[in-house]
Amino acid sequence: MFDLRDLYQQVIVDHNKSPRNFGKLEHFNHEADGYNPLCGDRLHVYLNVNDEGIIDAVSFEGEGCAISVASASLMTETLKGKPVSEFQKKFEGFQHMVTADLDEEADEAVMGKLAVLSGVREFPSRIKCASLCWHTMKSAVEDSSKVAKTE
Amino acid sequence: MFDIEKIRSDFPILGQQIYGKPLVYLDNAATTQKPQCVIGAISHYYELDNANVHRGVHALSERATAAYEGARKIIAGFFNARSPREVIFTRGTTEAINLVASSWGGANIKAGDEILITHMEHHSNIVPWQMLCERTGAVLKVAPINAAGELVIEGFDALLSERTKLVGVVHMSNALGTINPIASIIGKAHAVGAKVLVDGAQAAAHLAVDLQALDVDFYVTSAHKMYGPTGTGVLIGKEEILASMPPYQGGGDMIRIVTFEKSEYNDLPYKFEAGTPHIAGVIGFGKAIEYIQGVGFEAIAAREKELLAYATAKAENFEGLRLIGTAAEKACVLSFVLNSVHPHDLGTIVDREGVAIRAGHHCAMPVMQFFKVPATARASFSMYNTEAEVDALFAALKKAQDIFA
Repeated sequence: MFDLRDLYQQVIVDHNKSPRNFGKLEHFNHEADGYNPLCGDRLHVYLNVNDEGIIDAVSFEGEGCAISVASASLMTETLKGKPVSEFQKKFEGFQHMVTADLDEEADEAVMGKLAVLSGVREFPSRIKCASLCWHTMKSAVEDSSKVAKTE
Repeated sequence: MFDIEKIRSDFPILGQQIYGKPLVYLDNAATTQKPQCVIGAISHYYELDNANVHRGVHALSERATAAYEGARKIIAGFFNARSPREVIFTRGTTEAINLVASSWGGANIKAGDEILITHMEHHSNIVPWQMLCERTGAVLKVAPINAAGELVIEGFDALLSERTKLVGVVHMSNALGTINPIASIIGKAHAVGAKVLVDGAQAAAHLAVDLQALDVDFYVTSAHKMYGPTGTGVLIGKEEILASMPPYQGGGDMIRIVTFEKSEYNDLPYKFEAGTPHIAGVIGFGKAIEYIQGVGFEAIAAREKELLAYATAKAENFEGLRLIGTAAEKACVLSFVLNSVHPHDLGTIVDREGVAIRAGHHCAMPVMQFFKVPATARASFSMYNTEAEVDALFAALKKAQDIFA
């Protein structure tokens, strides 16, 4: 049986307790709101894309369960310093990982640290907790004024 | 004599294991489990009596009609309605409230009128009134609650006036467990000429309700919160008010004569029951009521009080736990937050211990806003729950705390 510790791994507990890149950026040129009305999770992401198209700063603030906070924290770590043009691919990779068949192992070489979140597949009601921040970031990158939702 | 083992054995679902642990079902405020007699009554109907009701002249239709109308009589008796004509079957509490808001509200509410509800209402007793206010220009007023999750009576009194045309109040809060003093609310509302709708979705399985003694205008509830099937519920209203109301939906069964020029509507209760009803559901509802009557409200209330006291004492001694809803008058609901674990993580973790609780806003977002929490965890009890199950809940909470320690 899938162990709870596989979902609530130390990495997730740690990122929930001390989220990275938490708070509002002083300088940013993209932002977006995310909201999951079912859980009450609220998220706001900020990012700054420089003239070379590199995400040179990224942060988030808000409140949510451990999965959503840790996922947002890990997402900011993953995106920082990367070309914004790679975002869509990373978004799709993450979406695939959290919704893939249970027997498909997460590709750690591609997903890096994000692979710790692959465990949510076992918990269908929690997948949206992990993906809310990615949907919110997608709105920010695309400069959509709509509040991001996971549905 | 309350025989817990006998009662548990009446509910087949309770005997199973979840992830290798005995199921501990503590989500009764969302929906209760069904005793074998209810499941049996529904099966019996489909296996032996299935036919449409009211107009068939064949044996099956006669039987189905007798069972359907028999359930109406059982329900009228249970709530002490004046007659079965006051019992309107709906899809549930939500539809019953929408029926009143649409039919009674449409005919009686105009711009400037006020509808008074409370801060602890379920969305189903907020949104239909908001929609009515939008349509008519009436104003929605909200009576305040205090830090214990009780209605602030002075605040309610201050908002009640001759402008108030309807008071909508929950009998027992699903998010907090608070039991409202509906008898005095009804008295005060009637004194200013307002009608009262009581949302009994949560209360009806836990509290005896005597509609004539309460003199309530509309009482609504759902079968599935009282050991019956989903998809059926009732509006019980005073006959003279129901008779004066226009139909809610048009269709078969609610008419007497139809021509292309004009239709003549049927008598109560059929005027409000357009279309083929949830016959099996209503029959199951009647059986569920008989089951409650068999155990007896006195025994149920005493047992549930005992269990809530046991759980509350445990909660008060659990480090880092904050109870949301500590009303002096409450029943069967333990809503709480832990300082180190978000309610959704809690819900997932205790589930793996076999413990089913609810995490979220419980369809009462304004309650969450009042207590400044995004969500709560909620354990809600029923007559078939045990002290051992409460222990299992708190052991699971401890486990969740340890993961986040």
